[in-house]
Amino acid sequence: MLFNVNQHEAYCYTGGKLLKPELPTVVFIHGAQNDHSVWGLQSRYFAHHGYNVLAVDLPGHGRSKGPALTSIEDMAHWLLALLDAAQIQQATLVGHSMGSLVALETCANAPQRVSKLCLIGTAYPMKVSDTLLNAARDEEQTAIDMVNIWSHTSMAHKPSFPGPGFSVLGGSQRLMQRLSKINPDKLFYTDFFACNAYANGEAAAHTVQCPTLFVIGKKDMMTPPKATTTLTNIITRGKITLIENCGHSLMSEQSDAVLNTLFQFVKA
Amino acid sequence: MSGPHYPGFDTLSLHAGAAPDPATGARATPIYLTSSYVFKDSDHAASLFNMERAGHVYSRISNPTNAVLEERIAALEGGVAGIAVASGQAALHLGLATIAGAGSHIVASRALYGGSQNLLAYTMKRFGIETTFIDPRDMDAWRSAIRPNTKALFAETLGNPGLDVLNIPEIAAIAHENFLPLLVDSTFTTPYLLRPFDLGADLVFHSATKFLCGHGTAIGGLLVDGGTFDWQEAYDKTGRFSELCEPYEGFHGMVFSEESTVAAFSLRARREGLRDFGACMSPHNAFAILQGIETLGLRMDRHVANTRKVVEFLVSHPAVASVSYPELPTHPDYELAKMLLPKGCGAVFSFNIKGDRAAGQRFVESLNLFSHLANVGDAKSLVIHPASTTHFRVPAQQLSASGITEGTMRLSVGLENVDDLIEDLSRGLKAAQKGA
Repeated sequence: MLFNVNQHEAYCYTGGKLLKPELPTVVFIHGAQNDHSVWGLQSRYFAHHGYNVLAVDLPGHGRSKGPALTSIEDMAHWLLALLDAAQIQQATLVGHSMGSLVALETCANAPQRVSKLCLIGTAYPMKVSDTLLNAARDEEQTAIDMVNIWSHTSMAHKPSFPGPGFSVLGGSQRLMQRLSKINPDKLFYTDFFACNAYANGEAAAHTVQCPTLFVIGKKDMMTPPKATTTLTNIITRGKITLIENCGHSLMSEQSDAVLNTLFQFVKA
Repeated sequence: MSGPHYPGFDTLSLHAGAAPDPATGARATPIYLTSSYVFKDSDHAASLFNMERAGHVYSRISNPTNAVLEERIAALEGGVAGIAVASGQAALHLGLATIAGAGSHIVASRALYGGSQNLLAYTMKRFGIETTFIDPRDMDAWRSAIRPNTKALFAETLGNPGLDVLNIPEIAAIAHENFLPLLVDSTFTTPYLLRPFDLGADLVFHSATKFLCGHGTAIGGLLVDGGTFDWQEAYDKTGRFSELCEPYEGFHGMVFSEESTVAAFSLRARREGLRDFGACMSPHNAFAILQGIETLGLRMDRHVANTRKVVEFLVSHPAVASVSYPELPTHPDYELAKMLLPKGCGAVFSFNIKGDRAAGQRFVESLNLFSHLANVGDAKSLVIHPASTTHFRVPAQQLSASGITEGTMRLSVGLENVDDLIEDLSRGLKAAQKGA
């Protein structure tokens, strides 16, 4: 589904459904150098189980036009503008990695618009190493390889994503490459720069009043479990779900476990 | 070694897609001989059918043993998905039928395996899909054959029977300039010798019966999606590939290119092609092919090493008129082969013995180690004499149109001790010349 946000076309995957005003809405926000398709299984399930789904492509990512936004704050403003364009007054925000910071910041900016908050593969501060940041700027393919290798724990994901016969590592690599092809303007670096520069996480976390869920991969090397403690120590009422045998690509490495905890949380 | 790195080829050959069996701890991949899978509850069933959860429903669509094979070949090729099917022919059919229908057009190399040639020239034509066959070395021919209704360019990595080395980078560029995918049959090269996606191809298929299985024990095909081709961009620019970019009534109005940015092709191929055409692979065969793939790198090195020695022997033999192998300077693709196939040009090649059809027959009938049969890529060495088998009704003067003579032999060099193979060939050549 396409919306006009800040004079640019904005794409959201809706699970093949039209939005219905009477249904609650769940917004899925992808991470750096990704698009809506990383939520393929979770978003489709919600869309067919009583929810409006907006799995966004952030500006400059995938099918959404316009330049990539350079700060988490700008992405959060864009997300609120998207909700306006979609005429959604309140939604559950589900963010992965960079998207989790966008969800957190959006919640701080407009708490009345956020019914629940789910932060998957999150960290604060979300520092990106100089090696990775420089690779993203100077050798994007190297950065893609680093992130792909560090984000996965296995060569054999069962039942794989989006289904049997698909290579999780191969799909993740190609998606990042495709994002670069669609937007060759150093997208990965822009996203990483935004993560690295975001400094409002603690302040934002202190404002969070809505039910919050943290979903953490036990073997996550990109945003290790200990890197979540700044946020979990502030949002003390937040529920924490640790996913076994899982790295940073939680939605594809353990699609059912992520969906189950997410659906239980949103439905409660 | 510094920095992160992907597992190497041999590691992937053993581990990609396979973990110890969660039910039993079995280290080898079990053969899941089951047609179907018990749902946890009604919601689980519905969500599996509607692609909201990943899992198995019915073994025509997916099977745990087959999935290991599919994920392994995807990893070895550097693609996003594999689909195991009943044969190489089924893989070619699935690849084309997923994106082509009545009124579509394919541009194909004329240097194809006879089965592929038949499928395209006669059978697909009966279903409204036309093919233009062109010389795979002629780049202008590739370009000029493309029509508005063309859906794919197709060729073999090593053409039949002359081992034309496919210039994948150039042909892929032509395909992509026209927003078309390049499909290649990589059976003769396997991902060990050549990874077509690295060179620009978009879809790959194998007759897994050959080197991947490697032991002549199972028929099977594998279709691999590189995830490289942007179907949505091609649809936006040309209107082609509505199969992937418009709602599909046959699957709840799903738009495959929205569901997956990089694996739309594989989603449709599995959800439509396996479901409706039904040419799935038996899990028994998937197991046999997995066993073969575990040693693919080791075997291909030996296949190539033996082939080089056999070629060297034949080139200098007085009873041999010519040898066609891309590593020979006399081969028209010698330079291209050095660039694209540095590990070797495989183990299947043709040579011409001096003499008539009867000489050829004497040759094959006097071999002991080389088995006279219609297959390639076995651990055991194989031979076929086209003039007395596949082309036995074809008059001598017409054989040349197919690139063969009455004395043409096709060898598939196996893993035996190469001195024994050479001795066997010496015996055959001597017998061939006796009647001359």
